[in-house]
Amino acid sequence: MATYKPVVVQAFPKLGERITKDTAYWRGYKTPVQIKEFGAINTIDFSPVPPYNYAVTASSRIHIYGRYSQEPIKTFSRFKDAAYCATYRDDGNLLVAGSEEGSIYLFDVSGRAPLRQFDGHTKPVHVVGFLSDKYRVFSGGDDYSSNLWDIASATEIVSYSEHTDYVRCGCASKVNADVFITGSYDHTVKLFDARTKSSVMTIEHGQPVESVLLFPSGGLLVSAGGRYVKVWDVLKGGQLLVSLKNHHKTVTCLCLNSSGQRLLSGSLDRHVKIYSTTSYKVVHSFNYATSILSLALSPEDETIVVGMTNGVLSVKHKKPEERKEKSQKKRQPAYRTYVKGRTYMPKQEDFCVSKPVKRVLRKYDKLLKSFQSSKALDAVLEPPIRLYTPEVTVAVMQELHRRGTLRSALAGRDEKQINLLLTFVARRVIEPRFTPVLVTVADMITDIYQPVVGQSAIVDRQFLRLQEAIGKEIDYQEELLEVLGMMDTLFATFTERRATYLEENKSNGLTETIETNINN
Amino acid sequence: MVAPATLRVVRCGGSTLHGARAVFSADSYLLCAAGDFVKMYSVATEETLRVMGGHADLVTGVQLNPHNHMQLYSSSLDGSIKLWDFMDGIPIKTFTVGSKLLALYALASSEDSVFVVIPKSGERDTFQLVSVKLTKAAGQDLEAKELSVVLDGVDASPRHIAFGREGEYVASVKEVNLQVFFFKRKQLNRFSVSAIKTKSGNNHFTCIACHPTEDCIATGHADGKIRLWRNFYHKKDYTFSTLHWHHDTVMDLAFSMEGTSLLSGGVESVLVLWHNESDCQKDFLPRLGSAIEYISMSSDGALCCTLHTDNRITIINSNLRFSKSIQGLIKSTDVKTGLVVDPRTKALVLNGEPGHLQFYCLQSDQQLFSLDIVQRQYIHQAGLNQADLVKVAFSAQGKWLATVEEREEVTDPELQLKLWFYDEETQSFKLNTRINMPHEDHITDMCFREMDELEDDSLILVTAGRDCVFKVWVMVEDTDPEAQQSVSWSCDFVGSYHNYQATNCCFSEDGSLLAVSFEETVTVWDSVTWDLKCTFCHPPGKIRNICFGRLTCSKYLIGATDYGFLCCWNLLSCALEWSAHLNVLVLQPDPLSEHIAAVSWLSKESSLFVFKPNEPWPIYIQRNLCKEKIQLAAFVPRDEPETIGSEKYHWLRRSQLFFLTDTQELMTLSAKSLEERLTPSSKQLAVEESLPVTPFSLLLGKHRRQQSQEDIDLGKLVHNKHKQDSPAVKELLHTPAHVLPSASFLCPIFINSLLISKENKSTEEVADEVEMESEKTEDDSDEERGVTEMEQEDTSPVELLGEMTCKLSKSQEKELRKIRKMDYSWISAF
Repeated sequence: MATYKPVVVQAFPKLGERITKDTAYWRGYKTPVQIKEFGAINTIDFSPVPPYNYAVTASSRIHIYGRYSQEPIKTFSRFKDAAYCATYRDDGNLLVAGSEEGSIYLFDVSGRAPLRQFDGHTKPVHVVGFLSDKYRVFSGGDDYSSNLWDIASATEIVSYSEHTDYVRCGCASKVNADVFITGSYDHTVKLFDARTKSSVMTIEHGQPVESVLLFPSGGLLVSAGGRYVKVWDVLKGGQLLVSLKNHHKTVTCLCLNSSGQRLLSGSLDRHVKIYSTTSYKVVHSFNYATSILSLALSPEDETIVVGMTNGVLSVKHKKPEERKEKSQKKRQPAYRTYVKGRTYMPKQEDFCVSKPVKRVLRKYDKLLKSFQSSKALDAVLEPPIRLYTPEVTVAVMQELHRRGTLRSALAGRDEKQINLLLTFVARRVIEPRFTPVLVTVADMITDIYQPVVGQSAIVDRQFLRLQEAIGKEIDYQEELLEVLGMMDTLFATFTERRATYLEENKSNGLTETIETNINN
Repeated sequence: MVAPATLRVVRCGGSTLHGARAVFSADSYLLCAAGDFVKMYSVATEETLRVMGGHADLVTGVQLNPHNHMQLYSSSLDGSIKLWDFMDGIPIKTFTVGSKLLALYALASSEDSVFVVIPKSGERDTFQLVSVKLTKAAGQDLEAKELSVVLDGVDASPRHIAFGREGEYVASVKEVNLQVFFFKRKQLNRFSVSAIKTKSGNNHFTCIACHPTEDCIATGHADGKIRLWRNFYHKKDYTFSTLHWHHDTVMDLAFSMEGTSLLSGGVESVLVLWHNESDCQKDFLPRLGSAIEYISMSSDGALCCTLHTDNRITIINSNLRFSKSIQGLIKSTDVKTGLVVDPRTKALVLNGEPGHLQFYCLQSDQQLFSLDIVQRQYIHQAGLNQADLVKVAFSAQGKWLATVEEREEVTDPELQLKLWFYDEETQSFKLNTRINMPHEDHITDMCFREMDELEDDSLILVTAGRDCVFKVWVMVEDTDPEAQQSVSWSCDFVGSYHNYQATNCCFSEDGSLLAVSFEETVTVWDSVTWDLKCTFCHPPGKIRNICFGRLTCSKYLIGATDYGFLCCWNLLSCALEWSAHLNVLVLQPDPLSEHIAAVSWLSKESSLFVFKPNEPWPIYIQRNLCKEKIQLAAFVPRDEPETIGSEKYHWLRRSQLFFLTDTQELMTLSAKSLEERLTPSSKQLAVEESLPVTPFSLLLGKHRRQQSQEDIDLGKLVHNKHKQDSPAVKELLHTPAHVLPSASFLCPIFINSLLISKENKSTEEVADEVEMESEKTEDDSDEERGVTEMEQEDTSPVELLGEMTCKLSKSQEKELRKIRKMDYSWISAF
């Protein structure tokens, strides 16, 4: 025998962007803080030690910002021309930067004047960095050469001139102190080992390489150039793993998040895309006001700093974790009463009677079960249901309509209730998921209360509002149809050729069958 | 086996159960009129125990013989009353009355006569209640011509007449009149209520019941009122009180055995229990599924049962608790879904209760389960538009089920397409995707692409709608790992053809081609690129059915037009291969062979044609298949191919053809001859045998078997002794009594020796019996009930097997037992 079936409240799929864990995570940043710099920001580098200051290189200065300071806490401004690529050492004590005139400067973070100056490049040096043994510095310059420097003696250890164009990016391996990588505008990425005289590996990226990145494990290499971000397996001799084309302008910067699970890429198309490093699918993206030149993520993803071509530095801080305030705990029955009788093990001769399962019905269901239509409608017009779950209200209305009692449920209401009903209908009738039901409801209400129109100002106003809402919706639909018509013509021009082919085919088939009919 | 002569149409389910009130026998069996049969159900197990056939027309009354509670009277429209021994299913006597019998009443007080309602000769639509004297003469077929009219101008329905306390009076109602006839005083009192027409209906009488101990008559009315009449000895001073709860016609009334309470039921499908005949004290048993037709009480008052319009019997405890439900093929108002075979259970699937899908087991004539598709409360009220199931399709493995439900609305129909996934864990279908308004108008046809091997990836569903498009639905894998389900369905392609309504769709066997018929034209589409490949038509006339040929005939496409043509197109040459003038109603391809069955309807008779698409002449023709119009047909694959002697019926080898007529009776074609399907009383179904295989019985059987095995082992040991002993026993028996020791000394030894051997033998017997039983149940499973005779099983294989087992050596037997044990071991987990 069947039991009472509760009213089915239709769930509708949420259209648009689906909220995944990633979107929730990456949306958890505050609105960005904008800091104006003097020129295009070419590099941002976070200090690897707390308090995680970051060095921003823009035009001829290097600014060091604290975590929450909007003013630089320190400035290195002794460059004659533009400075490039200020990078921290692993211990956060030293900072190295290249310059337009070809010298490389090494600074102590606490000092002001450079500790060392490495001269040897004849053209601007756009990329410098420390090797992971902390005692050597690599650099790449516009003179096509990649050099290795000893910090202690400030001398050149080795110079590789294998690139055939500007060297604009590079990075050092974290696992091997002798290995570093440079990327160049000659479309190649070269892997150098300080122990050998020439490059160990060359990878063809296909576009001028703007940024390279090694995974912490040292096994995977990411290169960005042109619109592409490519991931290479270094251990397999530079085999292409995946090529990502998610930007529509040159990708300028790459960055990994602290866990290594997500890869971020910034581009001139003003977007930062976040990829999962397992599936290499875009899981989230940010957009910014202007083209992005540099991008950095603080340890633990606490801050995202993006530098743009117009010299604006955008700093996003993560929102503090929301601690759920423990609401006043309900006094629960004591543990003693809770477990009372539950631990009793039935003996063999005991006869067990199971407690019937009590089905909890909502209030409107109870009323519908006992065929009290008007009261059921009243129940779903209560503020919490009407305001927050209008689908329940509409589902009950539909059920009443199905039972043929909607009219009687709507009838016989006073001014206040009609006002309430009409407000609800006028507000929700334009929502596509409710329209079919609410149109019927509106129809019935106007039918029933037609004789009393003009007796109450409030009700009249609601009727006018309903009319207005429907009128607006009709206008809107008309406009949409116009757009659709235009699009149809556009599509028709695209598919013309195919359609004619089909047409031919159809006629062929028809004539043939007709012929055979005649034959038969 | 001998080659049978002809194919016979066999009725196998779905007869109307509500011809008459059901009757409880004294030992808790339920006897019920079912079409032309009388069916006996076990109240305890809900199983059909016996089907008693013999009447040539609808059975209209079933009554226990008041003088012998093991006997049963049944009356039929064919004008005969039969007396049955229902325990054995034997017809004892047949009394021929000669005119249509519309209702039957048997009274304890009248010695050798029963009361029947017959049409008054010479007048149309007037009926009279007569008593028929049943002669006690010897012989089976007797004439019963001694009729005496009791009441004139009665109504035909068995509900309209009731006999009062100890048969002192009879009360009958017709329209607004109630007449009571007192047998002793020969007095006839007439009462009437003033005819009132209200919105809810008129106040015509609809049913009547008499109090078992007091002088009180309860009548039900069409406006839902119940009136209790008292003091009706007087023509003037009668009184009545009114009970009103029903909002629609009161269909039947029944007093409890003591008369303290009254049961009433109606269209609302609520059983109402009125205490002490007062308006304020009442109990309800709501949601019984469908309108109540008859209510009957068991003689001890412990049970009552309601017969419903959808052929269901509900058994209800005396405290108004739902106890059991006996349901065969549920009759729905309209079988819109067609006959579909569930590939998993091989059950027939069609509309059941409103909004439900019934899975009907053909072998056991029982409903396996009912799947709630609409999931909405059904309101039993006339004139309400409620959502109902219109289309059903299964994927090839039965893993997916697609259903379409719709609610007819004046402005626009409410449509829902639902896709259900078979959950192995719960062993039932689980809703996966619900699509609101898949088409803007009614869906006319739906089919899955049947791909046996690559079911998961390539599963495609096509729906054809009256909104001039067909839509292709595909499974979409959800990439989000947090999503509740990994797949859902979405629309992939929308196809149309010259703005014609799409009426049918069908995939070819390999799934590469899709045929969609658009009114007069059949279009063939490539199922990979969704390109239109070619079109066929056979003007004039719209396409009614299409199907692809199978196996060797897969290059043919068959179509039937409503102008009366059956056409076969060749897909390779894109030309018409042949056409035939035939008004085809049903076109059904056999999934396991090339054969296609077409049922035509010509001037009040249905004919069956079975053909292969590559041969323009049919393999088999059966004219005049049945009187009723055949609505639907389905091929149900057999578990194992049947051996059919005649070449002519080879098409029935792999699958069986079932039809559903417009009166919702299920028929099939059987090649077995009458003799094979043997009949009458010989089927001695002991109650024990018919008990279903419950875990307990299996456990018991296992235990018994184990025991028997032990016994056999023991027996072997003892056997030797026994053999040694037996001469001694013989000697003992043959020695003169006077030389023997005292009997008390000898007795235990003697009995022990006998006991051992006996035990041994009995266990063997038990083992054999078990084997036989299992064979029998298997046999039961693939047989159906005959039109004119009762089913019966083929005994020869059983006998053969019995002999075989006798010949088997002990060790072999043991092995067999082990195997059997293994087979059933899974059930011991219960």
